[in-house]
Amino acid sequence: MLKIENLVVNYGGIEAVKGISLEVPDGSIITLVGANGAGKSTTLRSIVGLVKAKSGSITLDGQELTGLATTDIVAKGITLVPEGRRVFPDMTVLENLKIGAYLRKDNIKDDIDRVYDLFPRLKERSWQAAGTLSGGEQQMLAVGRALMSKPKLIMMDEPSLGLAPIIVQGIFDIIREINKQGTTVLLIEQNANMALKIADYGYVMETGNISLFGTGAELLANERVKELYLGKSKQ
Amino acid sequence: MKTIENKRGMLITAIIIVAFYLFVAISEPLAPSNWSMLFTVLKKGSIYALIAVSMNLLNGFTGLFSLGQAGFMLLGAYTYGILTIPVADRASVYQYFDGGVVQFALPMIVAVILAGLVAAFFAYLIGLPVLRLKSDYLAIATLGFAEIIRAVFQWNVLGPITNGSNLLRKFPYFTSTLSYLIVVGICVAAILLLINSSYGRAFKAIREDEVAAEAMGINLAKHKMLAFCISSFFAGIGGALLAMYQTSVQASIFKSAMTYEILLIVVIGGIGSISGSVIASFLYIACSEWWLRFLDNETILSTAGRTRFIVVMAVIFVALLAMMIFRIVKPKNKEKKRGRYITGGVVSAGVLVWLAIFAATGATKVPLLRNGFRMVVFSVIIMIIVLFFSQGLMGTKELPDLFRKRAKKAEKEAAK
Repeated sequence: MLKIENLVVNYGGIEAVKGISLEVPDGSIITLVGANGAGKSTTLRSIVGLVKAKSGSITLDGQELTGLATTDIVAKGITLVPEGRRVFPDMTVLENLKIGAYLRKDNIKDDIDRVYDLFPRLKERSWQAAGTLSGGEQQMLAVGRALMSKPKLIMMDEPSLGLAPIIVQGIFDIIREINKQGTTVLLIEQNANMALKIADYGYVMETGNISLFGTGAELLANERVKELYLGKSKQ
Repeated sequence: MKTIENKRGMLITAIIIVAFYLFVAISEPLAPSNWSMLFTVLKKGSIYALIAVSMNLLNGFTGLFSLGQAGFMLLGAYTYGILTIPVADRASVYQYFDGGVVQFALPMIVAVILAGLVAAFFAYLIGLPVLRLKSDYLAIATLGFAEIIRAVFQWNVLGPITNGSNLLRKFPYFTSTLSYLIVVGICVAAILLLINSSYGRAFKAIREDEVAAEAMGINLAKHKMLAFCISSFFAGIGGALLAMYQTSVQASIFKSAMTYEILLIVVIGGIGSISGSVIASFLYIACSEWWLRFLDNETILSTAGRTRFIVVMAVIFVALLAMMIFRIVKPKNKEKKRGRYITGGVVSAGVLVWLAIFAATGATKVPLLRNGFRMVVFSVIIMIIVLFFSQGLMGTKELPDLFRKRAKKAEKEAAK
């Protein structure tokens, strides 16, 4: 279980995360929704060590993660699907997947097959440069690449960003499928509707603080959430 | 780079390489003396190939823009020279420094490897502060290092070791072209293996997206340092080979111009292509040392020779000009079409005007051909390459990719 307590992170000179606490139980899908600049991405980046936390603690199964290098955090089983996909454009799809398994010393053949089962499109394009894939395919690759490290916890930063609705639906189906196969998911979304539908629990983040917490269904029904994130007008 | 099973390409490449080595091995002892230029080019070209490949490993594959190559070559060259001068000759080489402090000589191969290790060690020391920098800043810092090291090695106080600003000489060297080619071949093969290993993949990942690479668990600092040290190791070995080729070492030749020469080879060959760097370095050396040499010589033709010269040149360049005007050769890249036609047209027209003046004056001495003109032509060629063929000769392709079956043909066969 990933547990965050009183996490404070400075990013670009401002306090982007102002002392949040949240829990990600094993086997669940947890989502963090909120507007642009609420501090969601900064939270994820500090969990994986790309940004250093100012204070507070992040623990995975009781082990402290703050202060560790990203390499060590990834080795402990946390992986990040970065915002905007960030596949390696001039490398082939297969090479991208192999990079995902970079820290593993064991045989990765079965996991490549597993990713190809999840995303048959990637198999067809396995020798193609990743930069030539469509946006949706690149997102699949980014997710597949993250799965290659055999993570306990996969964190996704805005997987729906810039994708057509039908593709987004496909991505969310896959997220659910990955979760069923036993990987915990921490999902960040601006598309609150979609995210809360598949989430066990959701947190709503506003300007660096967590303002609401509840099950996905509760939050979907919450008037304030509807008003702020689901596009329902006040009347 | 991206390879579906490409057995055909690999096989053809292997045959070319073996044939090349066999050709050199057989022809060198038998060749008439007027072939010596060929072997000179092969020697120097192979040394530059190794250094270009080492630079490509850093600049092309890891995306670290470093300009310190000449400094590491200097370290390699001096290490080799200092460690291999026979003890009996040291008194005469270090005549101003009482024979120097080093009073032993190591076997050649040991010294070559040490040359690489010394360069790699210095790379490690410099890398600690410098690799935190990115792009231009890294280039400037490494360039600064190369300049400093050159000055330090000429410093008189270090004379007992480095012989100050005097030549190091009388050390043993390879006489046959084949020995250079074998050493270079082994080193380039090692770099190829590295690039295709998981380390190589990590290097490429860093080049393409540092943040994503870090998020995959790649330790950026460690891998950048590794690439920097390995690149310098091979630059050091290249430096040792260059010392042998020149049979003497002097710090003053390892100027930043040498680094730029190598950078040019990497760009011409294609940033991110090992075989591109190798081919480009042979071509570059052949042009600068051999094929374009005639431009530096004042040439006086006989009357008949003069007429023939003008007619042949005029036919070639009128044809070129016509091709540009009527757009016979179609460049693939549409955006650059116009530029290519204009440049081609201007160059051919310029040569024609030059010929016309030559014909009109009635002189027998070919105009413009004199010492230094080679560099003018060379610069123009390089400008054209960089402007219109910025991918270089090979882009990111490797030699086997050129012999790949056409995609359609392969599909047909797969369908059977």
